[in-house]
Amino acid sequence: MKLQLSRVVQGCRLGVLTGLGKSGQHSLELPGCLLYTRCATVPHLTQDTLHTLRDLPSVTQVSVDSLAEHQEVLEEFKEGVRNFAGLHDTVLFSSLHDSANTSPAGHVTNKTVSVWGSGGRIELTADRFMAIQEAIQPDCYQSMADGETWQANTSRKRVRKAVDRTLAHLDECLVLHQKSQELKQAEIFGVVEGGDIMEERLRSARETAKRPVGGFVLDGFHSAAMDQDVRAQLIRATSAELPQEKPRLVLGIGRPDEVISCAEAGVDLFESFFPFQVTERGCALSFDYTIDPDPETAGTSAPTVLELNGEMPAVKKLNGNGVTNMTPFEMNLKDKRYQDDFRPLVEGCGCYCCKKHMRAYVHHLLVTNELLGGVLLMLHNMAHYLGFFKALREAIASERLQDFKNRVLQCREGD
Amino acid sequence: MASVKAVSSAAPLALRIVAECPVSKARACTLTLPHCAVNTPVFMPVGTQGTLKGITVDQLEDLDCQICLGNTYHLGMRPGPELIEKANGLHGFMKWNRNLLTDSGGFQMVSLVELSEVTEQGVTFRSPYDGKEILLTPEQSIGIQNSLGSDIMMQLDDVVSSTVRGPRVEEAMHRSVRWLDRCITANKNPDRQNLFAIIQGGLDAKLRKACLDEMTKRDVPGFAIGGLSGGEEKDDFWKMVTLSTHHLPREKPRYLMGVGYALDLVVCVALGCDMFDCVFPTRTARFGSALVPWGSLQLKQKQYAKDFQPIDPDCQCPTCKRHTRAYLHALFKSDTAAMHHITIHNISYQLALMRSVRQSIIDQRFPEFVKAFMKRMFPSSDQYPSWAVEALQSVNITVS
Repeated sequence: MKLQLSRVVQGCRLGVLTGLGKSGQHSLELPGCLLYTRCATVPHLTQDTLHTLRDLPSVTQVSVDSLAEHQEVLEEFKEGVRNFAGLHDTVLFSSLHDSANTSPAGHVTNKTVSVWGSGGRIELTADRFMAIQEAIQPDCYQSMADGETWQANTSRKRVRKAVDRTLAHLDECLVLHQKSQELKQAEIFGVVEGGDIMEERLRSARETAKRPVGGFVLDGFHSAAMDQDVRAQLIRATSAELPQEKPRLVLGIGRPDEVISCAEAGVDLFESFFPFQVTERGCALSFDYTIDPDPETAGTSAPTVLELNGEMPAVKKLNGNGVTNMTPFEMNLKDKRYQDDFRPLVEGCGCYCCKKHMRAYVHHLLVTNELLGGVLLMLHNMAHYLGFFKALREAIASERLQDFKNRVLQCREGD
Repeated sequence: MASVKAVSSAAPLALRIVAECPVSKARACTLTLPHCAVNTPVFMPVGTQGTLKGITVDQLEDLDCQICLGNTYHLGMRPGPELIEKANGLHGFMKWNRNLLTDSGGFQMVSLVELSEVTEQGVTFRSPYDGKEILLTPEQSIGIQNSLGSDIMMQLDDVVSSTVRGPRVEEAMHRSVRWLDRCITANKNPDRQNLFAIIQGGLDAKLRKACLDEMTKRDVPGFAIGGLSGGEEKDDFWKMVTLSTHHLPREKPRYLMGVGYALDLVVCVALGCDMFDCVFPTRTARFGSALVPWGSLQLKQKQYAKDFQPIDPDCQCPTCKRHTRAYLHALFKSDTAAMHHITIHNISYQLALMRSVRQSIIDQRFPEFVKAFMKRMFPSSDQYPSWAVEALQSVNITVS
């Protein structure tokens, strides 16, 4: 695995991660995202529907959360999750938790962490954690970590403990990693913890960087965990402690505005649980990320001018239709106004849903609770999200990041 | 009746009999409908609300499905006929370019809605969505189906449970005949949409025969055999089916409603039926049941957790080509895609079964096909259900 940086603009690292996968034939452009899955399947999608999407990320993310309960099966199968799940040729990244779910707190000990599958909690020691990785056979995986510091008001003592435990877990994992046949070609990512305490973040980053890791996972920055400015500051300072040539993946960040802010703070990789969450609330990503103004809308909505320091518009609570956690980046297709709307979800979108179907049909599927509703929304939302990342890279490459930010961050009012 | 004849002569349907079994009543036909030709015998998957249970229309096309169903009752309620008509019919609304068959809506009213009442005018029921009382007349049923634009519409019939006996059955039969005439008159698109009659008469051979006599006087484009598959004894069921096909005109398609178990399909093809529909293969898929030539696999059961074979090693469907029973078992615990995989497999199974049936009829080896099918489906011949053995025997196929 090799990271080639082509340029850094406003803190954003534009580059490409090469030499990925067993034979090193895969690459991933940065900033970019991993393909989100549950039990190694992109939610709602069969391989046939998934592969109607073009430009899928070359790296698929699986979580120990959804795979730990299948450890015995995978061990007997012997060929790893890629073959078990019938995936196409893809790089596998294995992380501890499924970021779309919030894990209950209070289950971390000095020696163990817990994951939650369909059958409830499974407690993992480093030995068991590594045995599961051997069964999964990922190309990259995050080391075991105590990531319980995302809750508000976590004490300094608890944060320090999390950093210490996570470093101890990493050392244990590294020892086992070096002995493992199955993980011989895999890369281990060290996890940076430290809550919202700067000195702990820096300590965690420095200590982790001393270890022979392939990359870094920035944990505990989940949307609910802290203010966006605090997060950006912490990440910027943390990044400065990490070697330039190794990739940094942030967990729990999905919203486009937060993605941009993290990318500016030096993050290379993101997850893609966000389009799944949008799908589950019956919404479609519809925010504009095209820099060249669309002649139709150019005159009607002037981009909001935002300060360079990452100030974001206040997120309007669009809960008029009873949809909780809805962000300004999406439209609620269950809303009655789409009942007879014969337009595609997003004009000009090339996804299967938008090329084939209209809002009125997707609305109908959602109000009648038909399974195809989730399928079509998931396809569109993933396509839109991937398109956003592509546009972000293009904006960095063409030095138009500010225009891009303005476009993405202009808060949408109605339709 | 003169106007009725004129309507049918312009019917947008052609039936070409490709081959007939020299032993049984089985036949292979090409049924040409407005959107494409359909090879019969055919199983028609049910897409109740304008969608086939998590499957995209492209996936359905890839499975070589030529006709599927929509339900008038559901679609009439949501999103409603006006909207669908504006979207260029159900084809345009769901973007399905092949054939659609719609039912009359009457069956759902009787089966789903409490407090429905049948009068000569129509079926009265209370809407489950807004509580309003609604009257569905034969004219309105056809009106909605005209808006949906289906290739085959079904008449509104007076549905009585197949286990009911007595004068109510006779009343329903006569009323269904009267409603057929009202439906024929109400059809605004006889040049684009075919209207099928539904033979009623419960389990009473005399009433069935009377209904057949009366309805076959009308020159409708096709006939359905209705009022069966509702929990009656299989012995009664097959006798009503074979009686019906005996009296139906050879040159028109015969549609046996609500039948979809593999054994029932094979037997009823032998008895002369061309078309079938049933929610069973898609519904059972969502509960983790995968159909195979030797029965079914309950994939949620623990015994499949470490079973690394495909559902059916001989199956050519996308699910069997890519996934194992063990993975589907695991996936069922976390995602709906597991249902989609099995739905695809089950539809593929039904369509492949009917293709094999058809080919065997064309190759003049249908009786041998039936024997091989039975052998595969049951561990031994003493487990063959007696009704199936008798039904097949009645058309000269001896399976045990």
